[in-house]
Amino acid sequence: MAAPIQSGWLDRRAILKGAAALGGFAVGSPAIISARAETPIRIGLVDPLTGVYATYAQNEVIGAKLAVTQINAKGGVLGRPIELLVEDSANDVGTGVQKARKLIERDEVTFLIGDVNSGIAQAIAQVSNEKHVLHIVSGGHTDTITGKDCKWNVYRVCNTTSMEANSICDVLFKQYGKKWHFITPDYAFGHTLQQAALADLTKLGGTMTGNELTPLGTSDFSAFLIKARAANPDVILVLVQGSDMVNSLKQIVQFGLNTQVHVAGLQQELESLEAMPPEARIGIWMFEWYWKQPGVPGVDQFVADIRKVNGGKVPTARHWFGYTSVHTLAGIANQEKTLDSLKLAKALGGFELPPEIKLQPNKCYYRAGDHQLMTSAFIGEAQAQGKDDPEDLFRVDKVIAGDTTAPPVDQTGCKAEWPA
Amino acid sequence: MSGRARNLVVLLTIWAVLVFAPYWMPFVGGYTALGARVLVLALAAMSVNFLLGFTGVLSFGHAAYFGLGAYGAGFALKFLAPSTPLSLICGMLLGGLAGALLGSLIVRRRGVYFAMVTIAFGQVLYYVAFQWSSLTGGDDGLRGFSRQPLDFGFGSIDILSNETAFYFFVLVCFAIVVAVMGYVLQSPFGRTMIAIRENERRARFLGIAIERHIWIAFTLSCFFMGFAGALYALVNNFADPRGLHYSQSGDFVMMAVMGGMRSFWGPLLGAAVFVVLQDYLSSLTVNWMSFVGLLFILVVLFFPRGLLGFIRRQEPA
Amino acid sequence: MTQLLLFNVTNGLIIGVFYVLMALGLSLILNLSNVINFAHGGFLVIGGYIAYSVTPYVGFWGALLIAPPLTALIGFIVERILIRPLYGRDPLYGLLLTFGLAFIIEDGTRFIWGAQGKPVTVPAVLARPLSSELFFITGYRLFMVVTTIIVVALLFAILRYSRLGIRIRAGTLDLETVAAMGVNIRALRSLNFAAGVFLAGLSGVLAAGQLGLEPTMGTGLLMPSFVAIIVGGVGSLTGTLIGGLLIGVASGVTAVFLPAASEAVIYVLMALILLLRPRGLLGEEGMMT
Repeated sequence: MAAPIQSGWLDRRAILKGAAALGGFAVGSPAIISARAETPIRIGLVDPLTGVYATYAQNEVIGAKLAVTQINAKGGVLGRPIELLVEDSANDVGTGVQKARKLIERDEVTFLIGDVNSGIAQAIAQVSNEKHVLHIVSGGHTDTITGKDCKWNVYRVCNTTSMEANSICDVLFKQYGKKWHFITPDYAFGHTLQQAALADLTKLGGTMTGNELTPLGTSDFSAFLIKARAANPDVILVLVQGSDMVNSLKQIVQFGLNTQVHVAGLQQELESLEAMPPEARIGIWMFEWYWKQPGVPGVDQFVADIRKVNGGKVPTARHWFGYTSVHTLAGIANQEKTLDSLKLAKALGGFELPPEIKLQPNKCYYRAGDHQLMTSAFIGEAQAQGKDDPEDLFRVDKVIAGDTTAPPVDQTGCKAEWPA
Repeated sequence: MSGRARNLVVLLTIWAVLVFAPYWMPFVGGYTALGARVLVLALAAMSVNFLLGFTGVLSFGHAAYFGLGAYGAGFALKFLAPSTPLSLICGMLLGGLAGALLGSLIVRRRGVYFAMVTIAFGQVLYYVAFQWSSLTGGDDGLRGFSRQPLDFGFGSIDILSNETAFYFFVLVCFAIVVAVMGYVLQSPFGRTMIAIRENERRARFLGIAIERHIWIAFTLSCFFMGFAGALYALVNNFADPRGLHYSQSGDFVMMAVMGGMRSFWGPLLGAAVFVVLQDYLSSLTVNWMSFVGLLFILVVLFFPRGLLGFIRRQEPA
Repeated sequence: MTQLLLFNVTNGLIIGVFYVLMALGLSLILNLSNVINFAHGGFLVIGGYIAYSVTPYVGFWGALLIAPPLTALIGFIVERILIRPLYGRDPLYGLLLTFGLAFIIEDGTRFIWGAQGKPVTVPAVLARPLSSELFFITGYRLFMVVTTIIVVALLFAILRYSRLGIRIRAGTLDLETVAAMGVNIRALRSLNFAAGVFLAGLSGVLAAGQLGLEPTMGTGLLMPSFVAIIVGGVGSLTGTLIGGLLIGVASGVTAVFLPAASEAVIYVLMALILLLRPRGLLGEEGMMT
C-alpha cells in the first residue's frame, strides 16, 4: 500500500474536498443563471478558440461582441437585449456538435453562429437544421455549405472558393503569366479552391504545370518547392492557409524563389501576413475584407471601435465576419418583427446590408438561391511595411462585387428543402 | 453489510442514476446529449481499462480503433444500408479486426516500448484516415449520414430527432457491452488476465501462453472500442480523423486512471467527471486547457489510484 | 528525375538533421528516466518564444545563446517538482503527466503571447540560398545543420569522456548499481532531463526561423521524434541519430513520388522496422521491456 502523500496543508483530502465544493457550486450555478435571465435573446457562437485556428476564431468573437454592444445600445432586438454565448469547439467535431446541442437544448439560443472550421460548420449545420434554428456560418469556406449541402436555415458570410478564384484569376493571368503551379492544401477547401482556379485558368487559355498536394500542418515545404521550381512555371500559386501559408512563404523567400518566379495566391488574411517576417510579405492576393478603405462610409468608425477592444490592433476580415453575422441576425429580426426562424430564413433571401454593416463600396446582400452573402473581393498586393500604419500590410487595387464573382445559383448545386 | 449486498447496492445505484439521467440532468445544468456523450466515452474508457487495469498493458494509441469504429459505422450508413444495428456491427468489426491485426505485431513488447509502439500505430491509422480524403473525407470528416430510426417490425423508434429515445438506445447498447465485458472478466480468461497483470513471470512459469492471452485481450478490447466508436458516430452523425489521434487516446487513459484503474466502474466515473468538467470549464474560460492539464497532473501526483481507489481507502480493511 | 531525386535526398538529410536534434533530447530523457516526455514539443515552443522575446534586446545570436539554457532551466524545475515523484512508478504516469503538461504549455504560451503567430526574422547574412540552382540549401539551413552537428558532437563527447556522461550512460544500463556506488542519482536525473530539454529549446529557436511561431507549433514535430527513436532503437543515441536522418530522407523522397504520403511514410517505416527488426536498427534486445 502506498503511503499517504502529505505535504503540509496541501494533502489529498483537502484537494478533493475543495474540488468537490467547487464542482458542486459550479454545476449548480448554470441553473441559477438561467432562472434569472429570462428576457435576453440569446445568440450562440461556436468557434475553435483553442487549436490552430484560435487566432481567427478569437477575432471573430471580438467582432461579434462589438456588434452585440452596439445593438444593445440601440435598444436590442424587438425591445429585448441580446446576449452572446460563446463556446469553444476546440477544432474537434465531436466537441463542436456537443456545444451546438448544449447551446440549443440547454441554453435555448434563438440563433447560432459558427464555425471557422468548415467540417465543424457543416456538422453543426446538421444540428441547427434538425432543431430549426437560424444559423449563420461566419468563417467556414467550403463550397458545399452554400452548395450541394445547403440548408434552408443556414446562411454564410464569407466567400466561397469559386468566388475567390473568379475574383483574382484574370488579374494573375494578365500580370504574371499563363503557366501556373499550385501548392494546394490536401483537404476539401484546398481541392475546391484549386479546381476553381484551374477552371478559370483554362478558360483564360493558360496551363497548369503541376499541383502539389501538401498535407495539412506541413512544416517543411522544401520538397514541394523543389518540384514546383523544376516544373518551370510563370507563377507559383500558394493556396495553403494559416500557419501553412506562413511557413511556405517564409521558406519561399528564404530560398529566393520569389526572384526566380512570381509568387501569388488566392485567399490571404491579415493574421497570416502579420505572423510573417516583413520580407516574406509578397505577392498578389485577394482579401475578403480589408480595414483601409478611404472614403467608404462607416469603415473608420469600425476600425476605431475595434481598436479599442482589440489592444489597439486593426480589425481583420475575421472581425468583420463575426460583426456582420450578429448584425444580420439582429437586423432581420428587427425588420420582420419576429423570431420565427422559418420566416426569418425566408426574409434573409435578398436582405441587403446597410452601409455601416457592409463596410465596403459595393452592394452587399444575401442571395436567395444559395444563401450566400454577395460580399466583395479585395484584390491587391502584400507589402512588407505599411507607409502610415504598421498594420497596413496590403495595398488594395480593386474591390470587386460579390455577385460578379459568384457563379450562378444553378451552378452551385444548392437545392434546399424547406419545411412545409 | 456483506460484500455481495454492498456490490448489489452499488450496481443498482449506478443503473438508477443512468436510467433516470434525462430527468435529473437538466436540474443541474446538464442536457441529454451530454449524457449520451458521457456514456459513449465511458464505454471507450472502460475498453481501454479492460486492457490497462485488468491485463496491465498500456496502449496509448487505442483511440485509433475507436475512430475506426466511427468510420465503420459511417461507411455502413452511407454505402451499405440505412440500418443503425448494421452500422454498429460494421464499426465494431472494423475496429476489432484492425486491433487483431496490429495486436499480433506488437504483443512481444512491454512497458514503455509497447506504449510508444501503440502510439505510433495509432498515428499510422490517423494519417490514413486524414490523407485518404476521397474515402474518408480527410480533415473535413465523413458526412452525409445520420442515425436511422430503429425498426422493430411492429413499430419504430425515431432516435434521430428524439434525444431522450437516443439516450436510452445508447444506454441499452452500453449495458449490453458492459455485461459482456463483465462476463469475460469473471470468466477463467479474465482471471488469467489479472494473473498476468499481477506477475507476468509467475504466470509464464505456470504455463500460461502470455502473448496469446495478451493478444486476445487486446483484440477484445479493440472490438469494444470499435463499438464505442460506432456509437460516437451516431451521436455526432459524423466521423472524423481526430477520433484516432493520440490526444484522444490520452483522454481515455486519463478517464480510466482518474476513475480508478483497478475497478470495473471506475472509468465510468472518470469519464463522467472528465466530460462534464471539460464541458463546464470550456464554457467558462478560454484557458480551459490549462485546467485540464492541471487535472492530469494532480491526478497523477495525488490520486494515482483514481477517485474510486481513493474512496475505497477510506473504508475499513 | 535523377536531379529531382538527388535534390530531395539532400533536402531530406537537412530535414532529418532537425529531427535528430529533437529526437536526441527525447531519447536522453527516455533512456535514463524511463519517461516518455509528451511535453517535449511544448519545450520546443517555449524555446522559440523565449528567443522571440529576447531578440529585440540581444539580437538573433544572443537569443540563440540565451533561450536554450533558459528553457533547460524551466525543464530542470519541472523535473524537480513534477517528474521526480514519478520515478519507480509505472511509465503510464509519466506519460499522463507530461501529456497534461503539454496542454498547460500550449495554453500558457497562447495566454502570454497570444494566439496570433509571431514574425521571426533570421539574420540577413544567413537568409541567402547557396545558389539559384540549389535554392533549398539556404545559409540558414546550413547553419542549422552545422549547429546540430556541433551540438551532437559535444553531446557524444560529454557522454563518452566526462564523468557526468559516464554516469548517465551507466545509469541507463543499471541505475541501482550506480546509486549504490554513491552517485547522487537525483541530481543526475535532473541534469539529464535539463539536457534533453536544452536540445528541445535549441530546436525551438532554430525552428522559429523557418516556421511560423505559434502555440501549436510543437505538436507536429513530436511524433517524428518518437518514430526516429523507435526506428533507430530505443536506448541507443547513435540509433536515434540514424533514425532521424533516415526518416528525413524517407519523407523527402516520398514527397517526390507520392506527396500525400510524405507524412505517413515515416510511420510505415516504423512498422517495417517493428516487423523485421523489432529492437530497432541499433537497439539492444531487452532494453526497454
